[in-house]
Amino acid sequence: MLLAGVAQGCVYALVALGFVLIYKATETVNFAQGDLMMLGGFFALTSSVILGWPYWATILFAVVAMAAVGMLIERLVLRPVLGQPAFTVVMITIGVGYVLRGVVTMIPGWGTETYTLPTPFSEGTFKVGEVIFAVQQLAVIGMTAALVAALYVFFRFSKLGVAMQATSQNQLAAAYMGIPVRRVNMMIWGLSAGVAAFAGILLAPVTFVHSNMGFIGLKAFPAAVVGGFGSVPGAIVGGLIIGLVEAFAGRYMPEGFKDVAAYVVVLVVLMFKPSGIFGETARKKV
Amino acid sequence: MSAHLPDMILELANVEASYGPVQALRGVTLAVPKGKIVTVLGANGAGKSTILKTISGIIDPSKGQIRFEGGEIQSRDPAWIVRRGISHVPEGREVFPLLTVEENLRMGAYTRSDAEGIAQDIDMVYAYFPILKERFRQEAGLLSGGQQQMLAISRALLSRPALMLMDEPSLGLSPLLTQEIFRIITRINREKGNTILLVEQNANMALEVADYGYVLEVGRIVMEDTCKRLLEKEDVQEFYLGMKAQGVRGQRRWKKKKQWR
Repeated sequence: MLLAGVAQGCVYALVALGFVLIYKATETVNFAQGDLMMLGGFFALTSSVILGWPYWATILFAVVAMAAVGMLIERLVLRPVLGQPAFTVVMITIGVGYVLRGVVTMIPGWGTETYTLPTPFSEGTFKVGEVIFAVQQLAVIGMTAALVAALYVFFRFSKLGVAMQATSQNQLAAAYMGIPVRRVNMMIWGLSAGVAAFAGILLAPVTFVHSNMGFIGLKAFPAAVVGGFGSVPGAIVGGLIIGLVEAFAGRYMPEGFKDVAAYVVVLVVLMFKPSGIFGETARKKV
Repeated sequence: MSAHLPDMILELANVEASYGPVQALRGVTLAVPKGKIVTVLGANGAGKSTILKTISGIIDPSKGQIRFEGGEIQSRDPAWIVRRGISHVPEGREVFPLLTVEENLRMGAYTRSDAEGIAQDIDMVYAYFPILKERFRQEAGLLSGGQQQMLAISRALLSRPALMLMDEPSLGLSPLLTQEIFRIITRINREKGNTILLVEQNANMALEVADYGYVLEVGRIVMEDTCKRLLEKEDVQEFYLGMKAQGVRGQRRWKKKKQWR
């Protein structure tokens, strides 16, 4: 049960990570994040079921394809409204989400059906002492850890990664350094969408692939808020907290409480720490 | 010192630019000779920063030409301009607060890919500013104002610029620190040969280190001369250096007008 919570939390964490990456870089909340994940799930479905590719190729395909979609969205939809009020941009991302959801149901072979995505991880469980582990959940946790580690190395040690950090901290100064700010923002959208696709694949065995699976974004959003919007480690911790709370609420609380648990956590955290667990209180100096 | 001499590294000709609805530059013409320090003086809101931002491509001019090493650069992408050899030390330092000192420096070298040369240049700026070497693993946001200014200057040096634009390097610093910063700016100019276009409110300091000066008022250049001669002019003394002309002040005030108006 603990494990189930952690595994679910990992998925929330990845979607929340997508929110945070885009928010930090462009100060925009991307409400289409959940739908990007959904689309990633469908890409995976296509390559796995329809094309019959192996699992690893499927992951690669879905992530790369979604990265391209993310960059296209930034370039075609969001860059033209650069400089408009934040409200406009947020409405646009909500619109993008609706469009994606609609388009998916129109594509033959995708539609409104619910699909299962086959995974190489058995449905089996194994026992260590008294504790029962489900292979599926361990795989989700392991893959999330691997992705987070890879992202950490990328942001910490690669020139492009550091430039992305720099751009999100101070766009003007980044421009003065000769960093192509717009292109970097586009790549951040791509990265974020790629992470969303990864989350979609991990989530697929749990909730199946269908056109409304993007609503999980509504749970990942509290995760990002709990962690402190704009903090990468916060997104991950926040995701895990929400996942765990949900799992335990489902077990020990009355029916139906599971779905509101995430929001209760948000309220409690915000009451005691308004900027979130890892949030920075506005550190802008003049 | 007129604009058609061949050793000018940067020339602005009738540049007009707006900052939102406000026209900040109303036809600025100035020239910066290679290897020299040139300063632009002016009060708050005179358009000094706008000049620098227009040169580095953050603001597009609505009229006029900017020539750098012979080629026109107005309205180009900021990244392209950095690659051409102009770097900008922005007003208020604008370091990347959550990156370490060294990462900040590496971002300054973003347009370069010669790892060895970058390492050498990092050592070079550590030699100019030893305090940065001591703190190279610290987040830049935790540095003091003076150290951040040193970092901002070092970061701009790392793109190996032919021309450095400096926007108010003395802003918010103590007189002592200001002096130190300016001493190093002159040293860099002498030793590395970087041309420097300096914008300052601290006119005293700027006229001391610069070779040539322009006075900007409400978007127009109203006076230009060598710094030595500017220092002697009564108007400059009164309006920018805070020296009072002799006599009964209350009465002189309304009689005496700025001569260039």
